[in-house]
Amino acid sequence: MTPTEHGTDPTAAERRDRFLSRRSVIEMRARERAQALLDPGSFRELLGPFDRLESPWLPLQGIVPQSDDGVVIARGELAGKPAVIMAIEGAFQGGSLGEVSGSKIAGALALARRDGEAGKPVLPVLLLETGGVRLQEANLGEAVVAEIHAEIIALRRHVPVIGVITGMVGCFGGMSIAASLCSYLVVLPQARFELNGPEVIEQEAGIDELDANDRRLIWSLIGGEQRYETGFADALIEDDAESLRRTIRDLAVQGVPARHRTEAVDDYRRLLAKIDPTGPLDGPGFRQIWPRGEMR
Amino acid sequence: METLNFEYEAKQPLTRRAHVGVVGSGDLEVLIEPSDKPAANVRVRTSVDGYAQVWKAVLDRFFSHFEHAARVEINDFGATPGTVTLRLEQAGELVKP
Repeated sequence: MTPTEHGTDPTAAERRDRFLSRRSVIEMRARERAQALLDPGSFRELLGPFDRLESPWLPLQGIVPQSDDGVVIARGELAGKPAVIMAIEGAFQGGSLGEVSGSKIAGALALARRDGEAGKPVLPVLLLETGGVRLQEANLGEAVVAEIHAEIIALRRHVPVIGVITGMVGCFGGMSIAASLCSYLVVLPQARFELNGPEVIEQEAGIDELDANDRRLIWSLIGGEQRYETGFADALIEDDAESLRRTIRDLAVQGVPARHRTEAVDDYRRLLAKIDPTGPLDGPGFRQIWPRGEMR
Repeated sequence: METLNFEYEAKQPLTRRAHVGVVGSGDLEVLIEPSDKPAANVRVRTSVDGYAQVWKAVLDRFFSHFEHAARVEINDFGATPGTVTLRLEQAGELVKP
């Protein structure tokens, strides 16, 4: 939680009013999310629907494409500072990244890096609702997700890269690695964040290993709250556009962290040494052996 | 996937363009923009084959009151006729002068 989330203990009426004034980010589509985060009137989309940069591969496989290939790139200002939002549309093909949608993100990151190198920092924000690589585009998707990883690493030297996982799709596969590479990661309780999604684990290892329909179990393992409490995310916020905007602004002010999560190799080695693979380990048990604050 | 093309007579020009919707389950996206030709040309790409007659009925009704020269693209992911009509009306509202 950011400091602004705590404050003094609100009364029931204040809590009700705040609840009613919330604008759900989960219910927004990718473009609306970008518009909600950027300062009013500053939203400018790059490679939008009318540029018709759609996937050339999906129609060949009998799948209807989308005019923006499921990624919205928007320039504008966030709290008065230049920002670029890269928002994945979770409703289109599970937010999967193909050649075009992935290249749009990699290209936007590369442009932000160029601006950073020129001393004109642009705050990059990734809204990650994605199952990862689009299977229909196979190796092209894999290649472009690797490009995104490389660009985040190059860019985060100049400016903090902020990732956001809202739900309800979650963030999986190669893009979960991208989320971990971010300087700061913001999650909502509804988010799920993991390399291999529950459905994949159930399919490959059997329902005895993991029941992907057991929502309580899944969220206790990979849900936003669990990820925050075990230090895999930097902020846990409620489903509200204004809270998200404020949180991103506050994290941006903190600047580039002294050490990125993916540089904490020794800490994670220590974590692996703490896990006993011969016995069962559940969500609460994991929180005990690796509570928030165990890092650094 | 099936691709369908339709053409309607147009009486007025269009000055604005609009994009609504998403190619998600039970939904569709509609792109509408001005056309140089005195007609409304519609291209539908739909994930559900064999519904050309239903598409014609829905589009006939919309273009009975929308008489602008436009290029319309529809990318559909199994939307019901009701949803299609709502998205068309939404796009039509946005491009109204």
